[in-house]
Amino acid sequence: MNTYALETENVTKTYQSESGVINAVDEVSLQVKLGEFVALVGPSGSGKTTMLSILAALLKPTSGKVILDGQDLAAMNEVERVSMRRNKIGFTFQANNLVPYLSAVENVELMLRLNGRLDKTGKMRSRELLARLGLAERLHNLPGQMSGGQQQRVAIARAMIHNPSLVLADEPTASLDTERAYQVVETFAGLIHEQNRAGIMVTHDLRMCEYVDRVLQMRDGKLVKIYTNKTEIMDLVKGKTN
Amino acid sequence: MKQIFEISGFLALKEIWRNRSRFLLVSLVIALITLLVLFIAALGEGLGNGNREYISKLDAQLIAYQSKSDYLIAASRLSKDRVAAIRRVDGVADVGMLGTANATLILPGDVKPLKVALLGIQPGHTGEPAVVQGQQLSTDLADEVIIDKNTALRTDLKVGDNLTLRTTQGTQDEFYTLRIVGIADGQQYSLQPSIFVPFYTWDRIKPKSEAEINNPNPVANVILVKLKDPAKINEVSASIVSQVNNVETATLKQAIQALPGYSAQQSTLNLQGGFTLFIGVLVIGGFFQIQILQKVAQIGVLKAIGTANPTVALASIIQIVVVTMVGVAIGGFLTFLFSLSFPPTVPIVFNGTTTAIAVIALLLIGPLSGLVSTRYAVRIEPLKALGLS
Ligand SMILES: Nc1ncnc2c1ncn2[C@@H]1O[C@H](COP(=O)(O)OP(=O)(O)OP(=O)(O)O)[C@@H](O)[C@H]1O
Ligand SMILES: [Mg+2]
Repeated sequence: MNTYALETENVTKTYQSESGVINAVDEVSLQVKLGEFVALVGPSGSGKTTMLSILAALLKPTSGKVILDGQDLAAMNEVERVSMRRNKIGFTFQANNLVPYLSAVENVELMLRLNGRLDKTGKMRSRELLARLGLAERLHNLPGQMSGGQQQRVAIARAMIHNPSLVLADEPTASLDTERAYQVVETFAGLIHEQNRAGIMVTHDLRMCEYVDRVLQMRDGKLVKIYTNKTEIMDLVKGKTN
Repeated sequence: MKQIFEISGFLALKEIWRNRSRFLLVSLVIALITLLVLFIAALGEGLGNGNREYISKLDAQLIAYQSKSDYLIAASRLSKDRVAAIRRVDGVADVGMLGTANATLILPGDVKPLKVALLGIQPGHTGEPAVVQGQQLSTDLADEVIIDKNTALRTDLKVGDNLTLRTTQGTQDEFYTLRIVGIADGQQYSLQPSIFVPFYTWDRIKPKSEAEINNPNPVANVILVKLKDPAKINEVSASIVSQVNNVETATLKQAIQALPGYSAQQSTLNLQGGFTLFIGVLVIGGFFQIQILQKVAQIGVLKAIGTANPTVALASIIQIVVVTMVGVAIGGFLTFLFSLSFPPTVPIVFNGTTTAIAVIALLLIGPLSGLVSTRYAVRIEPLKALGLS
C-alpha cells in the first residue's frame, strides 16, 4: 500500500552536450506525503529545476519512475501529462506567473475553467482563497497592477484552488524582498498543511526553509542529504551548516 | 470540444478586450486595406462596366465583324447586304446593324458639352436598348434619340426634350437637333454615356471625313445576331462564317475582352487588388508573429498549468479571425460612407459579387497570415514557464 502522494524511483535525466553527457538529475529517489512541505535546495547547476520539471510532468526523465497518486508520469504521453498537470498538480513559477490579461480572480478561476469545474461554488471558493491571502481588495486587478508579492500570492491561490495532490513552487521568493518572501512562504506552508497537499519548493534562499518539514539537498544531480530533524533544519536556516 | 471552444474563446476575447487599443490599431490597418481593396474592386468594376455595359446588356449572342478586324468594332466595316445574308442563316432569330461613333452633346447655358457615344441601331431590332421611360425609336430615319441613364443623370435631359449634337463633317462642325423619345438604363460604351439613334440618322450625322461625306452606301461597324436557341451558339456561329463572305463572329464575352484597353485595364486592377491583399497578409502576419514572440513565456505558463495545445491554437485563430472581421467590418462601413459621396461621373461601381469576393478574400487573409504564428504558438514548450528551453 502506497502511502505517499509522490514517490520517485531512481529518476535520471541526462543531457547530451559538447563536453559529453551531463547527468542533470542522477538516480534520485524521494517520497513526499500529503500534508508535507518539502524544500529542494542545492547550488546552482545541481539539478533542482530539472527535477522540478520532471515532478511537474513537464519533462520526461531518461529513466526511473515518478509515481503521482499511483500513476507513473514517466510512462505517460504528452496528452496524458497535460491532463495530469491541470488535474493533479498546482504550480507557481519564479516569474511571469500569471496570465497578464486576466484579473487576479480570473487567473485563479482559470485553473477550474481548464478542468471544466468552474461553477458557482468554484467562483466563491476562488474569491475566498484570495481573500485569505489578503487580496480581497485586489480581485479585479490585472497582474500589472499588483506588486510582486501580491502576484506570487495570486499564483499560490491558482496553484491550490483545484485541490491538486502535488503543489510545486519554483523559486517563489526570488523576486521578493525578505519580509515579503517570509510572508509568502509562510502562507504557502500554512495552506499546504491545512489542505493536506504534498508541497515542494525549490529555493536558493535557505532562510525560507524555516517553514518546511524536510529539506532535500541536491548536488551534481544527486540527492545528497535529507534534513528531517527540526533542529537540523533550523541550523541550516541560520547558516550553521555548509 | 465545446470546452476547448469555451476556454480558447474566453482567453482570446479577454486578451483582445484587455489590450483593445492595440488590437483596434491592427483592425484599423485591416480596415484601411479593406477600403483600398474594395475601392480597387469597385474601380475595376466601374471602369469595366463603363467599357462593356452596352455590349454586356445586349439581347444578342453573337457579334459579326468584318474578317480580320481582330474583333475591333471601330475597325470593322460591314455593308447592308451582309445583314440580309446573316439573317438567312439557319438558327438566326434577328439581326441588327450597329454603328459606333463619338459626338458632342451641346448643353444649354454654361454647362460644359458632354462627349457621348453615338450609337446607330435599327429600331425594333436587336441592339436597340429597351427604354425604362418614354418610347422606343419609331423608324430607321426618324430624328429621334434614346439616351441612356448616364446621359440623363449628367444632363438633366428628359423625355420630350430636344438635344443638340455637334459632329465634324469633313472640316466643318455641324449641329443636329434630335428629339428624346425614351430613356434606357445605363448603356455606357467606351467609358462614355450613350445615345441611340436610328441607323440611317446615325449615318447622316456621324462624324465623317471629306471622302466619306458623299458615300451613298451606309456602312455599319458590326452586326448583332440574336439566336433562336442560344445553346446552339457554336453551330450557328460556324454556319455564319461559312455561309457569309468576309465575316467573323465573336461571342459577347470575346467581344468584351477585345474592347480597346479592356483586358489590360482589368488585369492591372486585379494585380493591384491582389498586391494590396498580399500587403495585408504581411501586415497581419507580421503583427501576430511579433505578438507571439512577446508571449512565449505567457503561453509557456498556460501550457504548464495544463492548457492543451488545441486550446492554444484555437485561441490564436479566434483572435486573428475576430481582429480581421472587425477590421473588414469597419473598412466596409467606411467604404459605404465614402461611396455615398461619389458623383455618378466617377466610375466606381459596387457590384455584389465582386464586393463579396473581395470581402471573402479579406476575411481569408487573416487566418492565412496567422498560420505561421499559430504554428509557432503550438510549438512553444511548456518548460518555457520555468525559464528553460
Ligand atoms: N536543456 C538542457 N540541455 C543541456 N544541459 C542542461 C539542460 N538543462 C539543464 N542542463 C544542465 O543540467 C544541470 C542542472 O541544471 P538545472 O537547471 O536543473 O540546475 P539548478 O539546480 O536549477 O540550477 P540553478 O540554481 O542555477 O537554477 C546543469 O549543469 C545544466 O547546465
Ligand atoms: Mg533552476
